[in-house]
Amino acid sequence: MTVPPLSATTEPYQATTADPTPVSPRQRTDPRLVVSLILRKLGGAAFVVWAAASLTFLMQALLPGDRATMLLNQQTGQVQERSAEELAPINEMFGFTDPLLVQYLSFLGGLLRGDLGVSYQLLQPVTTVIGDQIAPTVILTFSSLVVAWVIALVLLVLTARRVGWVSRLFSGLEAAAAALPQYWLGIILLVVFALGLGLFPVVGGEGPLGLVLPALTLGLPLAGFLGQTMRAEFERTLDEPFVLTARARGMSDTGVRIRHVLRHALLPGLTLTGWAIGSLFSGAVIAENVFSRPGLGGVLVDAVNGRDLPVVCGVVMLVALIYVIANLVVDTAYVLVDPRLKLTH
Amino acid sequence: MTTTLNGPADQRSPTQHSTTQKPTTVASQLYSSLQSRRPKSRLRQVPLTVWIAAVFALVLLIASLAPSLLATHDPRAIRLEAPLASPNWEHWFGTDQSGRDLYSRMVHGAGQSLLIGLGATGIGVGLAVIFGAWAGLGGRWADAFIGRGLDVFFAFPTLLLAMVFITVYGPSAPTLILAVGLGTAPGYTRMVRGQILAVRHSGYVQAAEALGHSPWRILNRHILPNALRPLLAILTLGIGQSIVWASGLAFLGFGVAPPSPEWGALLEAGRPYITEAWWLEILPGLAVLATALTATILGKHLESALEGSQT
Repeated sequence: MTVPPLSATTEPYQATTADPTPVSPRQRTDPRLVVSLILRKLGGAAFVVWAAASLTFLMQALLPGDRATMLLNQQTGQVQERSAEELAPINEMFGFTDPLLVQYLSFLGGLLRGDLGVSYQLLQPVTTVIGDQIAPTVILTFSSLVVAWVIALVLLVLTARRVGWVSRLFSGLEAAAAALPQYWLGIILLVVFALGLGLFPVVGGEGPLGLVLPALTLGLPLAGFLGQTMRAEFERTLDEPFVLTARARGMSDTGVRIRHVLRHALLPGLTLTGWAIGSLFSGAVIAENVFSRPGLGGVLVDAVNGRDLPVVCGVVMLVALIYVIANLVVDTAYVLVDPRLKLTH
Repeated sequence: MTTTLNGPADQRSPTQHSTTQKPTTVASQLYSSLQSRRPKSRLRQVPLTVWIAAVFALVLLIASLAPSLLATHDPRAIRLEAPLASPNWEHWFGTDQSGRDLYSRMVHGAGQSLLIGLGATGIGVGLAVIFGAWAGLGGRWADAFIGRGLDVFFAFPTLLLAMVFITVYGPSAPTLILAVGLGTAPGYTRMVRGQILAVRHSGYVQAAEALGHSPWRILNRHILPNALRPLLAILTLGIGQSIVWASGLAFLGFGVAPPSPEWGALLEAGRPYITEAWWLEILPGLAVLATALTATILGKHLESALEGSQT
């Protein structure tokens, strides 16, 4: 998977290493602190959503050329100047001639009512266009997330800090998986397992069988990233004194790895997940394209080709919203995994 | 938001920990001290992977500057009697639907693909230096403003950001370069900002401040050179990433138009024949992957080499 190479290590990780507070982790936190923390997080999330929406509005408003003319040409497949009479109904319908501020306010008002505007190409509400196609994409995204976590966790517990060549081999494999371009991995899987071995349907493929290859296409690179990130923390934690203590108490190696070490390694993995959900959604566009699956991918590609900005922006805003929610969830998950964070925040 | 920008620790990629993390145990301390006592000859320290990457980079360079040295056929020569031939002695990588030699086309496309990667990285890193330096040096408000802005941009995945841009300006090579550059800029900005902040709070800058040097001198002599030196590594890493992004967009049909031998265009052109001619997709994809890996290996090596020379 192609992800900016630098997104991984984490803020809570700092909290884990530098933790001078001698207080017991079980101590109760002041509820007022918790409430203000939650409010601040929600405020930050709301800001990001608002700013993302405003940015997409600006992009639509600043589209070069007259939007009504472009729209009409797009629909009729011609390129020509249009008379005022022809443009009037379109301007009327989309409100292109209103002052920018009025357009912006009605756009924001629409968002609050869950209205993302009207598609230039299909002349349907964007929410309908997206809503019709979102289910397969969401299913694909979450199955690939599960695939990625399962692969990463199993490999991590089994291979981290083993005999030299084992951990070297698997950390090398993780690095390679993380570098794979999604479309290429998808094609290889398609050629080998669907065309060559005939194990999976080549095109479309409704049921669960058709989901396997696309989910692997998205999941394998993410598993590589997750593995790389967590392996670093996992191996560091194996050196911690409490691991020695646990071993001295006679705990089995697997027990130590799962009960004590894994908990620490989960934190960077969680951060990466919150970040990766947005990028999984956009990766789904490619996977759906390779395997000709229904979903947002097809909608998005058509919209980009048809220069249907409201639909593209609608998808972008939706992904931004999902990203923000995912990160709020990840924040909450931190506190569950690492009780010390209740105090350090 | 959580997954964001605090302090220098978080712009490090997960794989570099061995060079950047403080050793925690006696054993690892011993290990690192052994490492620093490796033989003086620097060439011998270069691992085999870096050599392979360097050789491949050289091949790429020759392919971009003088493709006819490496190509075996004319990339435009149509041989209708041999369409979709699988790889053989005559055509190493097979032929496409009009019987054109895929290997020669890939060699001739290398330059354009590299140029797209280079251009996009240049734009991304250029924007990153401007905004990262502004955030790192412009004081609290500038930093808060850019930090917030980055939060917002991280909510847009690179691919989607690039697609919005392509929707507005229509698909073409310059749009692709700009789109990938803009899409990757937020990530680089975060790195540059982190670098600058790390340098700004380092001991030697504090020492220079204590000595009473003017802020301008400190900026020019200490902060900028030290913060921007890792940029060379980032640039190298980034070219590989940009080529992958650009080829992904091209695969979706938003790249350079197909008759061109650019790798993304080859990928797009080969798609209808995927069931009968796997080489048309797999081999150009392999070229993209190999280039990305080469850039990553060289970039990482450069990074650790630069870090070594700093201390």
